[in-house]
Amino acid sequence: MSDVAISLRDVRKSFGRTEIIRGVDLDIPRGQRHAMIGPNGAGKTTLFNLISGRFPLTSGTIALNGRSIGGLAPHEINRLGLSRSFQITSIFPRLTVFENIRCGLLWARGYRYSFWHLLGGQRALNEETDMLIERLNLQGRRNVPAGLLSYAEQRALEVGITVAGGADIILLDEPTAGMSHSETEYAVALIRAVSEGKTLLVVEHDMSVVFGLADVITVLVYGEVIASDVPARIRGDKAVQEAYLGTEAA
Amino acid sequence: MSADATQRAAQRATLVAAPGFAAFARRYWLWFAAFVAALLLPWLFFDWSTHRHSGFALTMLSEIGLMSVFALSFNMQMGQAGLLSFGHAILFGLGGYVAAHTLNAIKAGTMWLPVELVPLAGGLGGLVFGALFGYVATQQRATAFAMITMGLGELVAACALMFMAFFGGEGGISTDRVTGTSLLGVSYSSSWEVYCLVVVWTAIATMAMRLQTQTPLGRMANAARDNFERAQFVGYDPRMVRFYQFTLSGFFAGIGGGLYAIVYEIVTFDTVAASKSATALLATYIGGAGGFFGPLLGTIVVVLLQSGVSLLSNAWLLYVGVLFIVMVMYAPGGLVGIIAQHAPIARTGRLRELVVPYARILVPGVLSVFGFVLLIELASFTTIGVAQGKAFKIGFHAVDPATAFPWLLGAAALIGGGAWLRLEARGFRTRWDALIADAKAKGAML
Repeated sequence: MSDVAISLRDVRKSFGRTEIIRGVDLDIPRGQRHAMIGPNGAGKTTLFNLISGRFPLTSGTIALNGRSIGGLAPHEINRLGLSRSFQITSIFPRLTVFENIRCGLLWARGYRYSFWHLLGGQRALNEETDMLIERLNLQGRRNVPAGLLSYAEQRALEVGITVAGGADIILLDEPTAGMSHSETEYAVALIRAVSEGKTLLVVEHDMSVVFGLADVITVLVYGEVIASDVPARIRGDKAVQEAYLGTEAA
Repeated sequence: MSADATQRAAQRATLVAAPGFAAFARRYWLWFAAFVAALLLPWLFFDWSTHRHSGFALTMLSEIGLMSVFALSFNMQMGQAGLLSFGHAILFGLGGYVAAHTLNAIKAGTMWLPVELVPLAGGLGGLVFGALFGYVATQQRATAFAMITMGLGELVAACALMFMAFFGGEGGISTDRVTGTSLLGVSYSSSWEVYCLVVVWTAIATMAMRLQTQTPLGRMANAARDNFERAQFVGYDPRMVRFYQFTLSGFFAGIGGGLYAIVYEIVTFDTVAASKSATALLATYIGGAGGFFGPLLGTIVVVLLQSGVSLLSNAWLLYVGVLFIVMVMYAPGGLVGIIAQHAPIARTGRLRELVVPYARILVPGVLSVFGFVLLIELASFTTIGVAQGKAFKIGFHAVDPATAFPWLLGAAALIGGGAWLRLEARGFRTRWDALIADAKAKGAML
């Protein structure tokens, strides 16, 4: 196993004749909290979709823990230890909070497509589910259908589903988008706690979140990496200020 | 926090594991009650002067049993996995054919199997064909899935008339359930004995399908229905989830078909036809696809209309159609959904306050249904009834459908009743909203 969790080599993606990702090289070491920023349309979410196997690559290679994921389906990539959340909340709306989290655990705990285990009797699994629900601070909503939760609760639940299976690489796409200030603070604390000891890649627009959470920040502009460095130096980087911070953080 | 959490989890565990007969009985009493009721029901129709069961009642009740298994298996795809199939009857019918051939082989002495296990042979037939057709159909989901199942349905229906050896052509495959291989020493020459077998198998299959909803596969079928993309990102291949769910559903549909072969001792091409698939769909929607027991309730309603009303009226299928449309429009959750909507009000203990509002909409409701039925029956009488040489009666009074009076009466009842119903419905709505608002305020919604 290599020490690099996510490795991108000359990754390109075109939709029709438009090239969205234009040759990205990036190495994210194991255990790093890595944030990706960039103006709207820079291709951050597209890059996420490539890493998680939602879209096929046009060219280049992506490796997770040293293993190339070219041609693998999303569920196969998930089984290699990568889990992601979505920019637009993606949960199981008609299942309860408890069921949502438990579904996130099933494959990782080896239940596969079993139709001979009764879930009610799987005590270890159910206890683990309840532990995670308490970490998410959703225990009061345990038996509520996920579709009826508040927005911030749904976001927290999605983070929960994402980390439930114990994946060691976690991708979060704008986890605090649309949250109030206090909700954001809570979400950041939650993300920090659940990503302890794991590799985290997060796309985020909220600069306080980015600078508070990330060990390293990568700036993506028009499908290309223009800088990748520790937060302090990103803040001082001329090209970054010009392309991104200069316009939005002014 | 973590010590606290462990403690709480431990408490929950002891609650779940609370042993004893009381907990068991509290959980399963409804199953036992339904089972006993199913076995007692035919005795209501028992003729004590001749000491014979009513053949009509037994056949109808057997039909309810085997069709509920079929409709519940349909809902394993429809309700639980979000897969709308237009060809589910092929799994039911092929299971029936396999069971019929099995019975014939037992009769001929080429194989030995207790009659009690013949539905299982049907189930295995459904399982094998389920895997075969499922492999094709579950490549897709949503509309494409529905289209493929429709194509498969037509394909099998066409095959049924082409391959004589297996399907027996138009005449179907006749069989004889009296094989003398019973484990219990029962001959199954009487409808009552067959009915008991149907009840037992319906109970087993229903229980098994209910338990299946609580397995990892059952839950992931729900999850992939809600959000197949999310299911992929928790490690599941939604296509495999659909495939296994489809195949298992085929197994249970096949059990229903096996019971069909035993009850009717003939399996014809009707059992694989589109109209059979439609019956499962109608029953599921009328009863409600959302709850587990919806298809069972819906089957009772549809079979009663099919067997009971068809004796009285040529237009019974029209009533099923109208009921279906009304349910889809006004109660998309089906009968189960209607019942569930009352739960919050029941929790506040104010269900009693709905008795009068219900009674008030009942009168104009019955009146408009009477008007509607009268008009339909008059129309159907002038075309079919006359040809059958029947006389038209309202109650015991013979009426001449060629005169204006019955038509005017029907129209007046329908229009007047409808207008009155709208008026009363407004009052009902106000009362209902107030009770729901009260339930919300008291936190009884969930």
